[in-house]
Amino acid sequence: MCGGGKLGKKRIRIIDTTLRDGMHAVKHKFTVEQMVKIAGALEDAKVETIEVSHGDGLGGSSINYGFAAASDKEYLEGVASVLSKSKLAVLLLPGIGTVEDLKIAVNAGTKVARIATHVTEADISEEHIVYCKEMGLETIGVLMMTHTVGPDKIVEQAKLMESYGADMVYLMDSAGAMIPRDVEERIVVLKNELSIPIGFHAHNNLGLAIGNSLRAADVGAVSLDGTLRGLGAGAGNAQEEVLVAVLDKAGYETGVDLYRIMDAAELLDSIVPQLPKIDNTSLLLGYAGVYSSFLLHTYRAAEKFKLDPRDIIIELGRRKAVGGQEDWIIEVAAEMAAKKSPRGNVA
Amino acid sequence: MGKIGVAIVGPGNIGTDLMFKILKRSKYMYIRRVIGIFPPSQSEGLRIAQQKGIDIAWNGVEGLEEIADEVDIVFEATTAKAHLQNAPVYKKLGLIAIDLTPAAVGPYVIPAVNIEEHLDKDNVNMVTCGGQATVPIVYAVNKVSRVEYAEIVSSIASKSAGPGTRKNIDEFTQTTAKALEKVGGAKRGKAIIILNPAEPPIIMQNTIHCIVEDISKKEEILQSIHDMVKTIQQYVPGYALKIPPVVFEDENRVTVIIRVIGEGDYLPTYAGNLDIMTAAAAATGEKFAEKILKEKPEREVLPKSG
Repeated sequence: MCGGGKLGKKRIRIIDTTLRDGMHAVKHKFTVEQMVKIAGALEDAKVETIEVSHGDGLGGSSINYGFAAASDKEYLEGVASVLSKSKLAVLLLPGIGTVEDLKIAVNAGTKVARIATHVTEADISEEHIVYCKEMGLETIGVLMMTHTVGPDKIVEQAKLMESYGADMVYLMDSAGAMIPRDVEERIVVLKNELSIPIGFHAHNNLGLAIGNSLRAADVGAVSLDGTLRGLGAGAGNAQEEVLVAVLDKAGYETGVDLYRIMDAAELLDSIVPQLPKIDNTSLLLGYAGVYSSFLLHTYRAAEKFKLDPRDIIIELGRRKAVGGQEDWIIEVAAEMAAKKSPRGNVA
Repeated sequence: MGKIGVAIVGPGNIGTDLMFKILKRSKYMYIRRVIGIFPPSQSEGLRIAQQKGIDIAWNGVEGLEEIADEVDIVFEATTAKAHLQNAPVYKKLGLIAIDLTPAAVGPYVIPAVNIEEHLDKDNVNMVTCGGQATVPIVYAVNKVSRVEYAEIVSSIASKSAGPGTRKNIDEFTQTTAKALEKVGGAKRGKAIIILNPAEPPIIMQNTIHCIVEDISKKEEILQSIHDMVKTIQQYVPGYALKIPPVVFEDENRVTVIIRVIGEGDYLPTYAGNLDIMTAAAAATGEKFAEKILKEKPEREVLPKSG
C-alpha cells in the first residue's frame, strides 16, 4: 500500500480513453467538434494523457467495426489543437492498423502510442513498437483479453514487448471478466519480472471496474484507464470521476482535479444521451469472457436474425473469439438462425 | 504431353507442402530438385524430399544454377529479402519464377482470376493467403455490379502464422488491400488479419464484405459467387462457403464467409491459409508448364509414362 503523508503519496497516472474506448458506445460516431469539447474539459481537469482513436484503434473505421464519423487525422488534429499540457495518445492494433496509420498520428501531434495485441500474440507488435520509439513517442505495449491466460504466459508476452522497447506494459481486461483476485495474481507476478511500469484497463461487465482498478493500484500498477461516466465498450470502463475520487480516498495522487473531471462528465451527459450500463447481455460478456466491443454488434445481429443476444454471446465465448473478430458475430447468428429455420437459408 | 523440370527453393513449411502437392497431382511438372541452405540433418523438408527420392541440394541459389538447363520454373518459398536477391539470377537463367514470398517483384496472380493474362511474364507473385482466399470473391461480385468498397477479415490459427508473417504483419494487410483493388477490381480495399490462439486451432476463415453499386442485382451476384467458389475448389478442394452469403440491402452490401480447410498434405488441416498459398502456386505452375510444353516440346524432361 501507499505511504501516508501528502508528500509521500504514490502517484497514479490516469489515461483517459473516453475518446477511444468510449467510441464503441457511440458506434464510433463522435464528431470532431464533440471530441474537441470533451478533450478541452479533460485538459482543464488536468488529465495527463488523452487517448483518441476509433474504438478499435487507428485504421479501425470499417464495415467490420463500424465507420467513424471522421478520419483518424481529423480527430487527432482537432484534439491536438486544444491540448497544451495533456498528452495526445493513440491506440493501434497490429493486423487492423499499420505503420502508415501511425505516421498520420505522429504528424498530427501524437505523443503516446499504445500498441495492443491479443495476450498471446505480442510478437506481432514489434514493427509498430520499434517505429513509435524511433519517432520519439512514449510507447506502451498492451495485452488484451488478459483473463484468458495465466500469469506465466502474460510475463512471457510482456517481456517480448519490453524487449521491443516498450516503455510500459498495460493489461486490459477486455472482456470485463476478471475479479480482483485475477488482477492481483497477474500484476504481482508481472511487477516482479518486468523492469518497466505496469498499467491496467478495466471493463465493468461484472460491476468490478473500479474495484479491479483499485486492486491493480494496490499491488503495483502505476497507470489506470478511465472514461467519463464509464463510457466504453460492453458495460463501459472504470468511471473516471469515480476512479479519481476513490484513488484519492485510498491515498493516491492522480493530479486530476476532482471537480473539473466531474464537470467534464457532466459535459459528456449533454453529448451522449444514453450511457452503457450493466444490462443482462453485458453482464454475460463478463461472465462468459467475451470481448466487450462485441456488445452493440451482437444487438444488431440479434435483431437481423431474430435471436436472443445472450445466446450469441455464450456461443462466441464457447468458440473463444478474440478481440477484433466481430465478423464471427454474423456467422454465429446466421448459423443459429439457419438451425431454427426449416429452410436453412438466410440469404 | 510429358513433364517439365521445376525446382523448389526454400524447403520450409510452405516449400515442403508445395512439394507434396506437385507430387500428388501435377500432370506437367516434375520436381528436378529441392534446394535449401541447411543440410538435411537440419532441414526436415530436405529429409522428406530425400526420402521421396527427389534430388536435393543445400548450397542455395548455386544449387539451382547447377541444374538450370533442366528446369523451366522455380518456386520461391524463402523470404521476401531472399527473393529480391534471387529474382535477377532466375531471370538471367531464363527461368519463370513463382514467388510465394511477399516480395512481389512480379504481378499478383490469383489462378481463378487472372492467370491467363500473366502467362507471358517471367516472375509472378502469389499475393497473400488472405488475398488468394478473398480476391476472387470480390472479382466475382465486381463482375456483376461495381464494388465500391471491399473489406476482408482473415482469421487464422496462431499456430499457422510463421515468424515472417508475425514480424511484418503490415505486409499482409497492405498487400491484400492492394490486391483487392488491383486484381479484385474494388474501387477501395481494406484488409484486416486476426490471429486466434484457440485450441484446437481454428480453421482459416475469411469474411468478405462488398459494398456494391447495385444491390438489386443480388441474385446474379450470388450466382457469380457460387460459380467462383466452384472454380476455386478445382485447385483448393477445402475452399467453401461457411454460411450462405448474407445480403444487407439497406447498406448495398453482401457479406461472404469462406473457410479453407487444408488438404493436410504436409501441414495440418487447420492451416488453410498456408494450403491455399501452395495450392495456388501449384495451379499457377501447372498453367505455365502446360504452356511451355505446348510451345517448346523439347523442354520435356520426363516423358509421359504409361
